[in-house]
Amino acid sequence: MTAVTDRPVREPRRWAAPPRPVWEERPTRAGLAGKGLVLTLACLAILFPLWIVVVTSLSSRKTIDETGGLVMVPEGITFIAYEELLSGGQVTRAAIVSILVTLVGTLFSMTVSVLCAYGLSRTDSLGHRWILMTLLATMFFSAGLIPTYLLVQTLGLTDTYLALILPSAVSVFNILVLRGFFMNISPELIDSARIDGAGDLRILWQIVMPLSRAVLAVITLFYAVGYWSAWFNASLYLNDQSMLPLQNVMIQLVQKQEAPVGLAQSIKTGQLSGLAVQMAVMVMALVPVAVLSPFVQKHFKKGMLTGAVKG
Amino acid sequence: MSHSTVPRSRTEADTTAKTPVASGGTTGPRDDKHRGRLGLRIRFGRDRVLLLMTLPALVLVLLFNYVPILGNIVAFQDYDPYISDNGVVSILHSPWVGLRNFQSIFADSAFWNAVKNTLVLFFLQLVLYFPLPILLALLINSVVRPRVRAVAQAVLYLPHFFSWVLVIAVFQQLLGGAGLLSQLLRQHGYDGLDIMTDPSTFKFLITAQSVWKDAGWGIIVFLAALASVSPDLYEAAAMDGAGRRRRMWHVTLPALRPVIALLLVLRVGDALTVGFEQILLQRDAVGPGAAEVLDTFVWWNGVRNQDFGYAAAAGLIKGVVSLGLVLAANKVAHLMGEQGVYKK
Repeated sequence: MTAVTDRPVREPRRWAAPPRPVWEERPTRAGLAGKGLVLTLACLAILFPLWIVVVTSLSSRKTIDETGGLVMVPEGITFIAYEELLSGGQVTRAAIVSILVTLVGTLFSMTVSVLCAYGLSRTDSLGHRWILMTLLATMFFSAGLIPTYLLVQTLGLTDTYLALILPSAVSVFNILVLRGFFMNISPELIDSARIDGAGDLRILWQIVMPLSRAVLAVITLFYAVGYWSAWFNASLYLNDQSMLPLQNVMIQLVQKQEAPVGLAQSIKTGQLSGLAVQMAVMVMALVPVAVLSPFVQKHFKKGMLTGAVKG
Repeated sequence: MSHSTVPRSRTEADTTAKTPVASGGTTGPRDDKHRGRLGLRIRFGRDRVLLLMTLPALVLVLLFNYVPILGNIVAFQDYDPYISDNGVVSILHSPWVGLRNFQSIFADSAFWNAVKNTLVLFFLQLVLYFPLPILLALLINSVVRPRVRAVAQAVLYLPHFFSWVLVIAVFQQLLGGAGLLSQLLRQHGYDGLDIMTDPSTFKFLITAQSVWKDAGWGIIVFLAALASVSPDLYEAAAMDGAGRRRRMWHVTLPALRPVIALLLVLRVGDALTVGFEQILLQRDAVGPGAAEVLDTFVWWNGVRNQDFGYAAAAGLIKGVVSLGLVLAANKVAHLMGEQGVYKK
């Protein structure tokens, strides 16, 4: 181990391998090649389909017709599909709905979860055990689709955006992850703040949250992705087509092969490729998560682990 | 601000040092026991802010996780949703039918077909999907270059964050009747192929989609377990003459065992839930014969056919069996000396 830790400090060559411990055998060439091949194939299996989707969405009708459908090599990039989709109309509205529901929902979920996680972070507080058990038990059962549906209807949430936020606002798992993190913050720090006269809200805001940026980033991402990806509740509770979020519009476009309202004419007359339009909507659903998740990646392991350990 | 003088510290030393209120003799290691003897009023005064903080989440969980349990009584009714938009009113005015819904479900071949499909999918995913994240984690773990590792992880995690709608759309564009595969086949003089609507291969398609979306994400817990193995163990094993394979068998795999056991328990406990959204999205394209699982059976009968009593009964059967499975799986884990989901 000393070989690793006592390495002289210098600008690390980040693509290079760190020195091996002396007892470890040198890898065989065949082993290395096999490993590289499997890893490359696995990554290609994920990236290649995405590449086709992006490239086709950027292709002109002519290129798409010439290749017989999906385009693998970009040729004559055009943004016409995006321009048409974002110039108002069904998809524009759906994208705005998705963005707003995601923003409002995530903010609401985070507020509720962080408060609850902090409220449960002291094992000696009143009712701590009972509240925790009440939350934990929900991981073992589900009330069922039909009763939940009837409840949302009875509450009068049908045909409101609240139906997309409230039923899925709280994830017990996320609360437990946050709580595990908060409990690891040094109690001395919190006690000294209390002695200085800080109340719980202030301690949470000024001490606990700044120290938990990593886990807050992870959980925010989890919630945001949940809202962004959701379609089922919208299909259940929204009858008004014009209220539907992006995912639901994507179902109609790609699975049912319907042209988006307002664009059918230009697709028929050949200015626009129906396929490029489908792909462009897929890219719109894909880009926010693809851009955001790698930034949070380095915190994933930490966030997942603390949640698993603290019961 | 009386409550701020009451000790709230989690460290025992602190508590004993500044405890003006706790009942007599509160020194020493048994301090924890005495904490409960603080009066309820005092503890409430001290903790009311904390309680208030948990309240919003607690209310939401009670409302959306516990209250609907009561709604399962429509399983014993011929529930009529057209009586009122208010479910309570409808329940009060719908006729009670006892166990008739359950009797007709058990006589319904569509239900048993859904059970069969659910179980086949569960076993298929257990065999074809479950081992993949473990193998991938071992592979990633053996990559020593940090940059290669980070890039590979970023790519492998990515599809986990895609919605099912997007994943299925991607598969549609590749394997559907107008997709890339058919396009290539036609260009080379063969017939096109629509895998997305083929009932005979549907269960493999579902498994492939699950692998594509989540196998990469699944490695995270295994990587964490692998990272927690002390390198000294490997060194000591190597000193004793253990080669690569022996170290894998005697050091690496034992480190993964608790995680594998935990995930198996979770999977078995969740056996009757096999990708509801994913399958619902493709149910119409493939047809219920191959695609109906228990969750979609409930959806079809309730949401589509408005036969809420019947659907709720099916959902209740599934819920009760699932609860039994979770508890049984945990029991088995405990018997095997693993921790399971909750501690004994």
